Amino acid sequence: MQTKRTVFPNRILPYLLIAPQLLITVVFFLWPAATAFWQSFLRQDAFGFKTNFVWFQNYRRLFADPLYMDAFGHTMVFAVSVTILSTTIALTLAAAAMRVLRTSRIYSTLLIWPYAVAPAIAGILWWFMFNPSIGIVAYMLRSMGISWNHLINPDNAMVLIVIAATWKQISYNFLFFLAALQSVPRSLQEAGAIDGAGPVKRFWTIVFPLISPTTFYLVVINIVYAMFDTFGIVHATTQGGPARATEILVYKVYFDGFIGLNLGSSAAQSVILMIIVVALTAIQFRFIERRVQY
Amino acid sequence: MVENRPFLNFLAHIVLILGVTIVIFPVYIAFIASSHGPNDFLSGLVPLAPGPHLIENYSTMLSSGMTSSGAPPIGPMLLNSFIMAVGVAVGKIAISILSAFAIVYFRFPFRTLAFWMIFITLMLPVEVRIVPTYKVVADLGMLNNYGGLIIPLIASATATFLFRQFFLTVPDELMEAARVDGAGPMKFFRDILLPLSVTNIAALFIILFVLGWNQYLWPLIVTTDQSLYTVVMGIQRMAAVADAEPRWNLVMAAVILAALPPVLVIVAMQRLFVKGLVETEK
Repeated sequence: MQTKRTVFPNRILPYLLIAPQLLITVVFFLWPAATAFWQSFLRQDAFGFKTNFVWFQNYRRLFADPLYMDAFGHTMVFAVSVTILSTTIALTLAAAAMRVLRTSRIYSTLLIWPYAVAPAIAGILWWFMFNPSIGIVAYMLRSMGISWNHLINPDNAMVLIVIAATWKQISYNFLFFLAALQSVPRSLQEAGAIDGAGPVKRFWTIVFPLISPTTFYLVVINIVYAMFDTFGIVHATTQGGPARATEILVYKVYFDGFIGLNLGSSAAQSVILMIIVVALTAIQFRFIERRVQY
Repeated sequence: MVENRPFLNFLAHIVLILGVTIVIFPVYIAFIASSHGPNDFLSGLVPLAPGPHLIENYSTMLSSGMTSSGAPPIGPMLLNSFIMAVGVAVGKIAISILSAFAIVYFRFPFRTLAFWMIFITLMLPVEVRIVPTYKVVADLGMLNNYGGLIIPLIASATATFLFRQFFLTVPDELMEAARVDGAGPMKFFRDILLPLSVTNIAALFIILFVLGWNQYLWPLIVTTDQSLYTVVMGIQRMAAVADAEPRWNLVMAAVILAALPPVLVIVAMQRLFVKGLVETEK
């Protein structure tokens, strides 16, 4: 690992410097993760008197449980929808902002602030807009002949959390796309224009391939965001309902652990989620390494 | 742009204005709703123009809040959020800059191991290890206090990486000169490294402040004492109750008050925010 040519010779000091960070990492990250791993192999009886080591039984039950498989499905639908919507909208906006570069600073300022809004707050804002009795969007939908009620219609509820999560994420994607677009050399575009390629053709054959590393990075980041940072959106609005239609994996871990008090199952779910994060992080880092070589 | 196409420029403006409208609309509606009296919603639609009860609603929320429905007043909740956000930001920056300093400027056994242990925290978001982490915090007696709200969240792999990257770009000569002049490591850190890192620290502070302010799941489980509620999680209790008996004007006032501080920070510090964001994530 990289370091300085010359270093300070001190023996004790570096340990003191790194101790606070390591202490917190061990106590609040590694230890709980290890506990979750251990607990995922245990099963407690209903009164908590006895704990048995049950090997992979918790996992087998989980994968045999249609509710868990449903939660998996909802998470996929949710994560894929949010990722596709938020990246395409952000890219469209960033491309438009590049065309009108002189005024794009004003537009950026107006577009980036949702980054600062908490997911739970974003959820409540859209929950209110879609409120079946007084919400403005529900009203507009009704006047178009579309009935809307996310309190009883599972699909409506899913659309609602997708919109709220997308709305919050557009600003982040917009900033990264804008930065990527600004780093595309003008000379390439000009060469394309001289060869007679129109703006749309230039975008797809010159610009888009050059920003594809950023796009890929954002896709991974958006999946991570949709899977792990959206607990607040679900908890503050639908609470997984109606009929568990919006129960995504992070919500189920919380629900089974804190409300259902099924510790073995919740721990097994934690471990599965950790494996997913590790996989996503690994993909992200491989990509970053490759990017450094460019 | 490369060539002048008035129509495409026009289209770009249309797209951007549409985007901005969609992004602003929910907050506009919330703001309008927060300026109305409780009876203005009975007609079946949220009004689109501001009402006369703006100041009244906000002062109600700030002073007494919706105490009748089991939520504390919003003033103390805002204060808790502020303490938590500053605590998380300062804590993360302090322990990250020290560990980055140790990793870059010293050579010691287990250095690589320590680095990877910090790295692993990236892969353990609080959402996935929620039950055992709660148990650790409970065992340490840190439920219902600021320590429990803040300390478990302050390990930060990304901040450590950011400082490490930055320290690696600092010329070696600075440190050699400091050593020749007889300065010890801590003096070098304080008098040279820290002043050089001010921009990075400021940029990071903005992002971490927003991160801390917007915490939801963690305060939800470690605080059962109302006097420690943070505003973002407290709002859920108001909205959940308000659904039975709609007092949306007050809930929306709370939403605006909860969203305003981090949004203001980001809009005011846009340049630093973008710098911090792009550098921490890449």
